[in-house]
Amino acid sequence: MKLTEAIKELALTVVAAVDIECEISGGYVSDLLSNVMARAAAGQVWITLQGHQNIVAVAVLLELAAVIVAGGVQPDEETKQKAVSEGVTLLATPLPIFEVAGRLYQLGLRGGDNA
Amino acid sequence: MNEQSREEQSLFLEFPLESLDFMRAGEASSELKQRLKKLGVKPELVRRAAIAAYEAEMNVIIHARKGTMRVEITPARLLILVEDEGPGIIDIEQAMQEGFSTASQAIRELGFGAGMGLSNIKRCADDLVIQSTPDQGTRLQITINIEKSDR
Repeated sequence: MKLTEAIKELALTVVAAVDIECEISGGYVSDLLSNVMARAAAGQVWITLQGHQNIVAVAVLLELAAVIVAGGVQPDEETKQKAVSEGVTLLATPLPIFEVAGRLYQLGLRGGDNA
Repeated sequence: MNEQSREEQSLFLEFPLESLDFMRAGEASSELKQRLKKLGVKPELVRRAAIAAYEAEMNVIIHARKGTMRVEITPARLLILVEDEGPGIIDIEQAMQEGFSTASQAIRELGFGAGMGLSNIKRCADDLVIQSTPDQGTRLQITINIEKSDR
């Protein structure tokens, strides 16, 4: 699935955008940064409640397709700026994490076996 | 390849790390990752190096007063040396256990301090040496083999 499709279907707010035409390889959900570092894979979308600037570094290092900040959390101003300067696509939604993951799954996205 | 030409192909990088500098956190690891990619290192090795470097970098930022990350890249291997001045690790074996953390509640609320850093590093490294003196500091030596890599 293309990232644009996810943005459209879930009415996600685009906070910072780089390549929204890219393909998403899957999804991952966690609020523990080390857990994301260990388990999320390149090309996935990461859904989290963390809105602070350190999520951008994780997305850069893992080459994630995008970060979706869910649950109505507003990404910090520093996070937005950093996402723009580091070339990370940052999305936001008032939807709870469960809904975001569930709807993306329904659209065909999978978590994969990242063990 | 003789030793001299090997040496010529070595690349050294050095990054200062500051306590609680969350603004620049991850920059050292990101720069290392870009260098490795440019050198044509296999993506899986780049990923392991990025994860190990990031966790080591964050450990200094979260726990220490200051530190340095030094990196040496040769065709054969990547060496990441992270030294800090800080509280040190009292019980390394305990610190290696997944879930053990001494991070504050404020740090945990940012999603750090899950007690997974050192175990993440160990999993990504071909060799990991941890030396620590309580109240003085910690030294991490992470080796990732580039040549003859079978993973």
